[in-house]
Amino acid sequence: MSDTATVRQAITTVGAADPSKRDFLKLLTGSAVVIGVGAIVWPFIDSMSPAKDVLALSSIEVDLAPVQEGQAITVVWRGKPVFVRNRTADEIKTAEGVALNQLIDPQSDADRVKAGKEKWLVVIGICTHLGCVPLGNKVSDPRGDFGGWFCPCHGSQYDTSGRVRHGPAPSNLGLPPYAFAGDTKIKIG
Amino acid sequence: MAGLHKSEFENQVVNWIDTRMPIFTMMQKEYGSFPTPKNFNYFWNFGALAMISLAIMIATGIFLAMNYTAHTSLAFDSVERIMRDVNYGWLLRYIHANGASMFFIVVYIHIFRALYYGSYKAPRELLFMLGVVILLLMMATAFMGYVLPWGQMSYWGATVITNLFSAIPFVGEGIVTWLWGGFSVDNPTLNRFYSLHYLMPFMITGVVFLHIVALHITGSNNPLGIDVKTPQDTLPFHPYYTAKDSIGICVYLLVFAGLVFFAPNFLNHPDNYIPANPLVTPAHIVPEWYFLPYYAILRSVPDKLGGVILMFSSIAVLFVLPWLDTSPVRSSRFRPIYKQLILLLVVSFLVLGYVGGQPPEGIYVVLGRVATAYWFLHFLVLLPILGKLEKPLPLPESIARPVVRRPPPGGGGGPLPQGATAKPMEKS
Amino acid sequence: MRSASALVLGLLASLAIVPCAFAQGHEAVRAPKQPWSFNGPFGTFDRASMQRGFQVYKEVCSNCHSMKEMYYRNLTSIGLSEEQVKAIAASATVPGGTDDSGQPVERPALPSDHFRSPFANDKAARSANGGALPPDQSLIIKARENGSDYVHALLNGYRDPPPGVKIGEGQYYNEYFPGNQLAMAPPLQDGAVTYADGTPATVEQMSRDVVQFLTWTSNPELETRKRMGVKVVLFLALMTGLTYAVKKKIWKDVH
Repeated sequence: MSDTATVRQAITTVGAADPSKRDFLKLLTGSAVVIGVGAIVWPFIDSMSPAKDVLALSSIEVDLAPVQEGQAITVVWRGKPVFVRNRTADEIKTAEGVALNQLIDPQSDADRVKAGKEKWLVVIGICTHLGCVPLGNKVSDPRGDFGGWFCPCHGSQYDTSGRVRHGPAPSNLGLPPYAFAGDTKIKIG
Repeated sequence: MAGLHKSEFENQVVNWIDTRMPIFTMMQKEYGSFPTPKNFNYFWNFGALAMISLAIMIATGIFLAMNYTAHTSLAFDSVERIMRDVNYGWLLRYIHANGASMFFIVVYIHIFRALYYGSYKAPRELLFMLGVVILLLMMATAFMGYVLPWGQMSYWGATVITNLFSAIPFVGEGIVTWLWGGFSVDNPTLNRFYSLHYLMPFMITGVVFLHIVALHITGSNNPLGIDVKTPQDTLPFHPYYTAKDSIGICVYLLVFAGLVFFAPNFLNHPDNYIPANPLVTPAHIVPEWYFLPYYAILRSVPDKLGGVILMFSSIAVLFVLPWLDTSPVRSSRFRPIYKQLILLLVVSFLVLGYVGGQPPEGIYVVLGRVATAYWFLHFLVLLPILGKLEKPLPLPESIARPVVRRPPPGGGGGPLPQGATAKPMEKS
Repeated sequence: MRSASALVLGLLASLAIVPCAFAQGHEAVRAPKQPWSFNGPFGTFDRASMQRGFQVYKEVCSNCHSMKEMYYRNLTSIGLSEEQVKAIAASATVPGGTDDSGQPVERPALPSDHFRSPFANDKAARSANGGALPPDQSLIIKARENGSDYVHALLNGYRDPPPGVKIGEGQYYNEYFPGNQLAMAPPLQDGAVTYADGTPATVEQMSRDVVQFLTWTSNPELETRKRMGVKVVLFLALMTGLTYAVKKKIWKDVH
């Protein structure tokens, strides 16, 4: 079996012949393969991110003109209900007058609306407890003791600034990113 | 207790796993030190390339399935949404669509290699038959996949091909209705094709595994077609053939990329960008290019049942090929007449492919019939006779020493003697 | 076995001759190749031409042809600003669900809406077009052999029928259309639109522009694809060289 030994030796000497060149070549090829594999993996991963048609619906414009004072509407944004409420002067006053230490999740009303547009309250209409949609947009709806929204699932109550005041909900109704695009138009998202 | 495996790996983690489940030892044995004939030419790349093709098809297919909707009223638009809105969706779909063509190109060359170098002969008959099973599964998978975009060619291809089964006497109509799940190709058909199109690649993977198991028992054939005798005849698979396969993979990917990025619809039919319409048949219905040869055989017979039988027989004949070829010599290199005939077979396959894409009239019918006739003549008549008549060239003594020597008196003692010590050398 | 080789050559030769012998007949004339800006591995769309083409589509084609796969938002890719796209969308009305009494209402379209279709459904389209259905144009270029050249040729291909050829009622003779008779009246006349950039609106110019636009709607990924393709091919060429060098090195001592 001396022939086998020769072959074995031939195999081992392949690497030993010119180690610097071989190593450099191997390193270069190896890194090129890694780059190539990385480049091919990315399209697969990215294909699972939101597609263009999904992103196109990720921001919506809402015309506020038809919403009368004291009324609220529900619009759908990214598959979630968003409440837009045209608050009365009284409601704004009550909301601004609450002392922060009385709140479960302290936040001033000014932090929850846009300056100069205090009458418009825009909140995500999902109870922060377990995800139900609170009542209070329709005239016939119960609004709870604080005049905002009432969650029928476990009795959480929100005030006219959408802040939780009573019940198991841990935090205030969320605020979607939005901006005014004109006097009576907002762009959510 | 059934004894732990004694692992020789130095890495602690690898050793720990290998002791309990010796997959590393197995991989090392089958893909590391696996003794492989040293004289492979580049035709031996195509097995690895077929494996890569399968992997690419499964990967892109799984991600396409995440955005595809299998419903007649939504399928076409969901594919267009993949093309237009899904991030890199066009890339995934064009890779998948052209990947089918690449897979077939590779597999056809792989089969040609087997035919040219006699890889189907003893002891590799089962290995070859498993390969034919893979080909059939691939054809079914490709056919059903082509239906999914629900374009005109999808719809009418599905209609025509499923109608082939109506040629079966007595039960044909019933079978077709059962295949459709209704009285025409419709939503139930699309749904089951989608389900099966997703399933079958994994069946292919299973048979590929068996194909490799069989290969690693018999060992690879080689361009000389003679058996491996001594360790000098072989090289360890790694790094020699991993390196050689890598070159092939790069070239394969280059061709693939050329198609995907610069001619993504070159092999597609324009009519498949028109949504399926059950009331309007396109002027020229043709299957995908890789089915054209069989389609030509189907049309070369003026009888419905006869055409269907002949078409399926053209592939079925491969199952008995190991027994039709009576020559003890494997490689065409030492079979001067067979070498010509196998090239003629390739030409008849190409002619069939060409004829299958033309309207069935005039000279095309004649050409198709001649080529069909040769296809069957080659396998059923010429091969059995040739083994008796042909005088092979003298075979070399071994792979390592490819010089012609007189055989030792009394023949060799190996378990598989017919390759290297076949009678043909008397004349040398 | 000389005879086998001769037979092979003979067969191959006959393959080359056959198509010529059978190409004649009442077939449509093959559309001449045009030097499009988007041809070739480095091809790109001509933005100005695409915008003019969109104008032609909007003012002429879209009266009969739908483009269901396209969204208004896609138009930013032909070089229009978001504001322009919004205005274009708003000028069309699309079904907007139902009002409080359950009646269907229309609303101005948004960039996230599909292009408005000229007809409510295929039947309405047929009845308004003498029984012929104007095909959807989203994929028209990919749905025809050599689509860009073909559509360009078709728009310029209206002729008086040659003597002896009878044209059906409501049909027009076009030498590039398969069967030579189609139900679409010549859609373009010189000056059919007025280009804002002052380009003379000849039939040839408008057809060229609209093909740029339609090729884009069929292949919105074309520029990205070709740019990526050049990089991928260069990378793979490098990989081929590298693996070849590695293989050579490894096999150096094998004889």
